[in-house]
Amino acid sequence: MTIRGIQLIEEEAAVELQHINVKLLLKAPERVDLHAVIPVFHSWIQDQSTDELLLDVASYAHVKDGPGVILIGHEADYSLDLTDGRLGLRYNRKAVGDGNNQLRLEQAVSAALKALETLQRDKRLENSIQFDGRNIELFINDRLLAPNAAVTQLAADSEMRIFLNRLVTSEPYSLLYEPDSRRLFGVRVQFEREFTVSELLQNLSVGQPSAH
Amino acid sequence: MKASNSLWKEKLDGQVPEHLAREVDIFETELTLRKQGKLEERLFAETRLRRGAYGQRYDNGQRNDGHKVQKLNFPSGDLTKGPNTLWDAPGMQRIKIPAGGLNAHQLEVMAELAEEYSDGIAHITTRQDFQLHYVHIDDTGALMRRLAAANITTREACGNSVRNVTACPYAGVCTDEAFDVTPYARALAKFLLGHPDAQSFGRKFKPAFSGCAQHACGLTGLHDLGLIAKTRVNATTGREEHGFEMYVGGGLGAVPYQAKLFQEFVPPEELLPLAQAIARVFARHGEKKNRNRARIKFLIQDLGIEKFRELVLAEREILPFDPRWNDYIEEAKAEFQESALKPAVDVPELVLIGNANGSGAEFQQWLKSNIRPQRQPGYVTVTVALPLGDITSNQLRSLSDIVRRFTRETIRTTVEQNFVIRWVSKADLPDLYKALHAIGLGDAGAGALVDITSCPGTDTCKLGISSSRGLAAELRKKVSEKSFVRDEAVQKLHIKISGCFNSCGQHHVADLGFYGVSRKIGGYAVPHFQVVLGGQWENNAASYGLPIVAVPSKNIPKVVERLTERYVADRISGETFKEFVKRTGKAQLKTMLDDLAKPPSGDRSYFSDWGDPREYTLGDLGDGECAGEVVSAVDFGLAAAERELFEAQLAFERRDFERAGRSAYHSMLNGARGLVQAENPHVREDASEIVTEFRKRYYDTQLFFDPFAGGKFAQYLFAAHEKRDQAHTEESSRYLIDEAQLFIDAAHSCNSKLGKLVAV
Repeated sequence: MTIRGIQLIEEEAAVELQHINVKLLLKAPERVDLHAVIPVFHSWIQDQSTDELLLDVASYAHVKDGPGVILIGHEADYSLDLTDGRLGLRYNRKAVGDGNNQLRLEQAVSAALKALETLQRDKRLENSIQFDGRNIELFINDRLLAPNAAVTQLAADSEMRIFLNRLVTSEPYSLLYEPDSRRLFGVRVQFEREFTVSELLQNLSVGQPSAH
Repeated sequence: MKASNSLWKEKLDGQVPEHLAREVDIFETELTLRKQGKLEERLFAETRLRRGAYGQRYDNGQRNDGHKVQKLNFPSGDLTKGPNTLWDAPGMQRIKIPAGGLNAHQLEVMAELAEEYSDGIAHITTRQDFQLHYVHIDDTGALMRRLAAANITTREACGNSVRNVTACPYAGVCTDEAFDVTPYARALAKFLLGHPDAQSFGRKFKPAFSGCAQHACGLTGLHDLGLIAKTRVNATTGREEHGFEMYVGGGLGAVPYQAKLFQEFVPPEELLPLAQAIARVFARHGEKKNRNRARIKFLIQDLGIEKFRELVLAEREILPFDPRWNDYIEEAKAEFQESALKPAVDVPELVLIGNANGSGAEFQQWLKSNIRPQRQPGYVTVTVALPLGDITSNQLRSLSDIVRRFTRETIRTTVEQNFVIRWVSKADLPDLYKALHAIGLGDAGAGALVDITSCPGTDTCKLGISSSRGLAAELRKKVSEKSFVRDEAVQKLHIKISGCFNSCGQHHVADLGFYGVSRKIGGYAVPHFQVVLGGQWENNAASYGLPIVAVPSKNIPKVVERLTERYVADRISGETFKEFVKRTGKAQLKTMLDDLAKPPSGDRSYFSDWGDPREYTLGDLGDGECAGEVVSAVDFGLAAAERELFEAQLAFERRDFERAGRSAYHSMLNGARGLVQAENPHVREDASEIVTEFRKRYYDTQLFFDPFAGGKFAQYLFAAHEKRDQAHTEESSRYLIDEAQLFIDAAHSCNSKLGKLVAV
């Protein structure tokens, strides 16, 4: 597709994708000790090791299928999230993002991937945290900009696919949109084959998102 | 922070009750003015506190990361939202829920707000409020507007104001109550919300209602105003009459006070006027400068209950009649009728267990601990036990579905940080249990040892000394273990934890209470908890516990284990834990725990707190905002005047000249009212009364006069008041805006000249 073609799609899309949440699902969740992540997140604050200003750690490990352990930041939160009983590394973008939808998707997914890469390498966690390679979830944490309705899906679907095609270099994947209209607009993405974190990061580093 | 913040006003246009919409409009204007530096930080702090927007730990821009103190470089730099409180620092939003009553839709709204503005968790407090943490101040306007659309206000959730009016969550269905206190609690909450007589307190004021004297659900004994339902037979008519036993001056804090009996029987028609008279006396005579002695309990202690009563009754005599005293109660009675969705079916327990299809022992345990019969046969209440008072957004949505399925869409929060579902047909219990269990809310043990109450402590509170939530989570895990003491008497004990001596976790009224303290050992600060034993939860928190000894945080689970084992071993038949503590005595209890009072040498794990691996420090303690800022009525009036003038200017810019002119006139009225309140705190919000009072006190006396312009600026107000019914043109509104600016400048000069900082 030409850049102009992508521009036209974006102009037609009435949805502004802000406050993007990305969840990268993990393998063997039973091996993950949420409490072991708390000191790791504290060390990230000590080092201020992400692009965001990191502030604090909140543990909700006592809550079933909850947000797990959260590294609270100013622009974004990182968490080991248990929502819906699925354990994953979640990135919750809180600050308003610049650029267009593709740039914001890239920013959020890259941030999540980099954080997961760091956790995977952390010796204190004894290789317990590993990306499952196939499943990621994307949500928009703003019901006014992106109500969970057919109209949003219609407007966002092409955006999602443009981005995902770039993320997995057009290899096959399936999308399952969140059906409960009361919940955040979001989509579960399943890749047909397993990808590594570095592979996905590499794919994003090649080429540029559509510029407006 | 949210991209959509500015869009909610339009989106919810027509869906928000007018008085609540106006409240949010005012607050959003104040946010703008503060960002522009046009509203002083101390004033903004009090105004946001009065809307429930609280500070949180590290909001001074510094945090000890375990190695060093980090400066938190927020994008808004040095902009503040209060003294020593940075704009961008995350804050806590408290949401008032009068009598803890919510409907299914409100649960869904709470779920959305927790997800979009907080961290996906809603927290229930020990006063039936909700709290959301890590909220950015820029999001609070949209958040409040969305709440207002669901008919919930955050007004006066914090600050020196009348806080949430709490009530027994079983009101209306309890087998032991005199009568349903719900409509009275709702009426009092509505009446005192924003009431002019309740705006000038030196500190907060907490009312509570209970349907009976013997249970703990209302905790009237530890409230500033406690009301216990009571009936009596009228000697003349022979008919039963409803009324309230009224208590005043209770409170926890560092030194807990038991409430004192104010009047044995207050008839319903006297409830609101007496509360108003108490508010007036508290506002007039209560301490304003020393916040440590500004609660009403200190005023009552200083005056004595007899003198206090005399002052209140004298004030009651001169109160002008207000039709709302009765109207609000009648309205509340009509509005809050709860009834059953399903027919009553009284099913024997064994049949219920059979119907549970194999849920087995867990279901039986849940039936035993979480279910209470209602006074309406065939119906029960179900307590939904929340771990540490926390619930996720998804759980809230599912709970709203459950509430719709089994009841007429109502639910209540409790002071034990749980929910109570009422009017459940007994036959529905197996299905209800399954529905709760499926969303992780089917835990047994409501109100039992495992159902631990805790304040936020060092997790988020600026005053926290030790990690109360970290300890609560650890104890919860420990007492849930199969190996833990199974004795039934132990399972009925209450554990309550506060992160500091301020008692937000209500440790004084627990069997086993703990509050955070710090001790220096070998040159290092070590987190400790003071052990407080033998408080009484029953009888509306009738007596307070005894501090025994401070123990390192990491040893507290051993303290619980040792004390409960000792109680089981040594108790005399039928002896309660409180009685056991009293009989054993402080000295022996202390001896029993002495070896736990020191950390083992060389074990560095004692130098960090539960759930927090950083080396423990007191360096993150901040200044509490609990007390709010003491701001005079003049300051408030002038701030309101500035805000109204700003709105006039905005209206003028969008060529809404009618609105611009009206706002300019009202801005002068606000300024004038503020000045008048310094002399006459009870001036009403009536324009003619304000102008008359202002003329008498500031114009005729020439106090408002400018050295050069004389009374010119006051005359702007008089002229605007005379022409108040005339339509505004572009020209007239522009003149009025200019005049209002000059009037407000003159009001500031007058205020400075008089030096009236805290006059009411």
